[in-house]
Amino acid sequence: MALLELKHVVAGYGGAPILNGVNMAIDQSDIGVIVGPNGAGKSTTLKAIFGLLKVTGGTVEFLGESIANSLPDKLVPKGLSFVPQEKNVFTSMTVEENLEMGAFTRRDDFSETMQWVYEMFPVLAEKRRQPTGELSGGQRQMVAMGRALMSKPKLLMLDEPSAGLSPRYVIEIFETIVRVNQEGVGVLMVEQNARQALAFASKGFVLAQGQNRFTGTGAELIADPEVAKSFLGG
Amino acid sequence: MIRRSLTLFAGLFVLILVMGWAMGLPFTSSRLVEATAYALIALGLNIQWGYGGLFNFGIMGFLMLGGFAVTFISYPVNPQFWGSDGPWMLGRALIAFGAGALLVYGARNSDKIGIRGGWKTFVTVLAWFVGYCVYRSQIDPAAAYIEANAGFVGGLGGHPVLGWLFGGVLAAGVAFIVGKIALGLRTDYLAIATIGISEIIRALIKNMDWLTRGTLTVSPIPWPTPLPQAYQASGSDQFSSLLLARGGFLLLALLVLGIALWLISRAYAGPWGRMMRSIRDNHIAAASMGKNVTARQLEIFVFGSVLMGIGGAMLVSFTQIFDPSSYQPINHTFLIWVMIIVGGAGNNWGAVFGAVLIWLVWVVSEPLARVIFDFASNWSTNFGWGAIPEIESRSAQMRVFVLGLVITIALRYAPKGLLPEVVRRDA
Amino acid sequence: MTELVFFINQVVISGAVLGCIYALGAVGITLIFGILRFAHFAHSELMTSGAFFAFMLAALFASWGIVTPIPLGFVVLPLAMVMSAIFALGIDKGFYAPLRKRGAKPVILLIASIGVTLMVQGLIRLFFGAGSYSFFENETKDIFRIDLAFLGSTRPLVITEPQLLMIIVTVVSVLALHFFLTRSRLGKAMRAMADNPDLAQVSGINTALVVRVTWIVAGALACMAGTMLALDVTLKPDLAFNIIIPIFAAAIVGGLGQAYGAIAGGLLIGFAESLAVFNWTMVLRPLNAVLPEFAQLPATLSLVPTEYKLTVAFVILVVVLLVRPTGIFKGASS
Repeated sequence: MALLELKHVVAGYGGAPILNGVNMAIDQSDIGVIVGPNGAGKSTTLKAIFGLLKVTGGTVEFLGESIANSLPDKLVPKGLSFVPQEKNVFTSMTVEENLEMGAFTRRDDFSETMQWVYEMFPVLAEKRRQPTGELSGGQRQMVAMGRALMSKPKLLMLDEPSAGLSPRYVIEIFETIVRVNQEGVGVLMVEQNARQALAFASKGFVLAQGQNRFTGTGAELIADPEVAKSFLGG
Repeated sequence: MIRRSLTLFAGLFVLILVMGWAMGLPFTSSRLVEATAYALIALGLNIQWGYGGLFNFGIMGFLMLGGFAVTFISYPVNPQFWGSDGPWMLGRALIAFGAGALLVYGARNSDKIGIRGGWKTFVTVLAWFVGYCVYRSQIDPAAAYIEANAGFVGGLGGHPVLGWLFGGVLAAGVAFIVGKIALGLRTDYLAIATIGISEIIRALIKNMDWLTRGTLTVSPIPWPTPLPQAYQASGSDQFSSLLLARGGFLLLALLVLGIALWLISRAYAGPWGRMMRSIRDNHIAAASMGKNVTARQLEIFVFGSVLMGIGGAMLVSFTQIFDPSSYQPINHTFLIWVMIIVGGAGNNWGAVFGAVLIWLVWVVSEPLARVIFDFASNWSTNFGWGAIPEIESRSAQMRVFVLGLVITIALRYAPKGLLPEVVRRDA
Repeated sequence: MTELVFFINQVVISGAVLGCIYALGAVGITLIFGILRFAHFAHSELMTSGAFFAFMLAALFASWGIVTPIPLGFVVLPLAMVMSAIFALGIDKGFYAPLRKRGAKPVILLIASIGVTLMVQGLIRLFFGAGSYSFFENETKDIFRIDLAFLGSTRPLVITEPQLLMIIVTVVSVLALHFFLTRSRLGKAMRAMADNPDLAQVSGINTALVVRVTWIVAGALACMAGTMLALDVTLKPDLAFNIIIPIFAAAIVGGLGQAYGAIAGGLLIGFAESLAVFNWTMVLRPLNAVLPEFAQLPATLSLVPTEYKLTVAFVILVVVLLVRPTGIFKGASS
């Protein structure tokens, strides 16, 4: 049984559906990367899983349990968390407060998790008392990831974590994602830097027009000439 | 849609007939004149809110301006004032006002002579303060003198219809200033700003005894059409002269309403109205298409306020008394909002329908609430619970509750009103 | 010295009292705005009804023969605050929550809050008539006169017991609010939701719970403000309706959504109002001895005549909006 399994998911914002039968399966050991052209429904897939828009067909199962159309406050305690692409930190709050908000659904002592997050992002430990609004873009992205990790998720979903970052930070963020995965957190992310991301993906999904076009390991997809030609820019 | 309007207006007509039969024609005709004035006011709000999406919670202030305007224009001349030192003292106050304004203007442009930054701010604040003191030093004694020697300034003895027009002009002037300051702000701020303005207007009119007689009230204010007394003098009996006079006033009021409706419908059907709708529905898109959103909104705010000023003037003309302390936000602001919400924002006929319906219901509800309360009181007395004390004031307050209930229910179950806006598909 | 004491009595004390009341009211408005994004006009009625809850409880206590060393109004305040909080929750559930669920614009909620204002006001007048009530019908209002003769003042410093308690209670509640917002899980969640509602939802914050907490805090503080206002003057059905403009001005001046800004704004407007209507002749009278005959000070010399006190808050509001539209503390931008 996969950790997260999508079968023929149909979803949208009320009008014509944007997803027309997406299939996906992710294990806790996986790093799944969704790539595809603009408007293919990459971010929409993540939002549909996380209950931010309506799933009208197909099934979404997490740990064998249907989670279609569950709201985040039910999903986060189950072990799912999500880092949106934009506006993903509470700018008026300090780094530490941001992390605490990630642990909102936890009623146990989360100081160990916070320690773990600070070890993963040492720069955040230094700036723990600073308002997040004063941090750089890359540091904000770390806060956002740290916030999402505070609930000790089984699966971390990231919407374009490298968007708007300088190449140096892109590598750093990707390295961190791999490290998070090695610590036992499954990852499902949408990426524009497709080639770079697929390089370390254990599962890759190429979406187009709301449907899976190609599925395979990251290496397979990079090697596939058709994928390379149509979706990875030659 | 048209059928729905016809049905609703037919129902309203039946309601008026029933009212005329139950409450008597003189009562009903008076209420109809008031309803017409309110319809004009509601049209004004409909332009602002329904067309422009602009918030105006200061309707009361504009009605008071209209009321003051018609009082000032049409009330007979006060020879005591003109024969005293009053005009001269007021003239001095006016000069002081001008000097103060000049001072402030100068300070605001003081950067031209090299005063900059913090110093300019300081000079501006100082200029405001000095200008204010200079004005106060002239107006305070003038006000005290006039109040002591002449009562108040009095009127100009002009025709009441001129007063109505002046009411519109005055309201337009104030709306222009308010709009300049507040229209660029977000809606919540505009709501608060308009409430604030109307409260300031009320405070001013209530306390400037030298100009408005304040709480002492001014009456009788002449009618634009012959008074019942005139008909009586020419031989009609009391009942029919009352009806004739009120009918005359009603016709004039309906004429004004008709002209307003015609002008608005024409403007709204044309390119101007199309632009207005596009601004209301998506002002960012409209702005990006090169429309001057703020200027258009200012236009609409001023136009709406003009109708409110005229309507407010009409009401005062009709009741023949200007009593600043009778103005309440509940009766003169929120009631109009209920008319628009119930009638249907964005639809002129909806506004007119809502105004007439709500006004009639509002006036009838007073005796009606009284009857219900008397009934409940009898009932509770029979049960040995004793009578309800202070029935009169309590039954009146019940109407306020019902008004609030109508707003919340309408918003929840019929957010578009009884006669919703007709969505035009512009080709 | 006498003049200084007079100034303190007239401006500092009354300004502080007014400022406390404005601040407590404005905090509620600003919190509701931060979380629900609409200007809650009916806040005045939460204040007035809160004062009436306290009044009824005090009357009940008095009828049981309970006598307390401090005014009963303060003793029953916690209980009345609980009642107000429940009342606020009920109003939200009955009138605002259905509109929010439908996705109505904030403007519609603002209009609905006007409807609620009228309903609550109608109900209060239905039950209590239009007259005014006093918390001190059976109790005496203690007035402390602190003799300052040793400082050379012929006039004592005057403060009433309710005023003194009011300032203390406000300081305590502002501190409590501060700790709530910065230390507690729910308080931080409130700030998070005011900052970024979508992210708050994504983080798994129970937004419905935060909304409820907001109404509880706002309702309780409104009750406190209303009761204290009624203790300072008299209790009447339009108690707070008349001061909603300065309270909104305080919230906007402080920056909508900013709790500390609202407190600062409330105090600013409270002091400004007292200062504006202050009669300077009372302080400057000694100058009459040295001034020539024609320049004698008039009997009243105040910046604004008392009857225009209401305009002060509004003028401050307009100036702040023109100079710094987001308020003194940076307010919500949307």
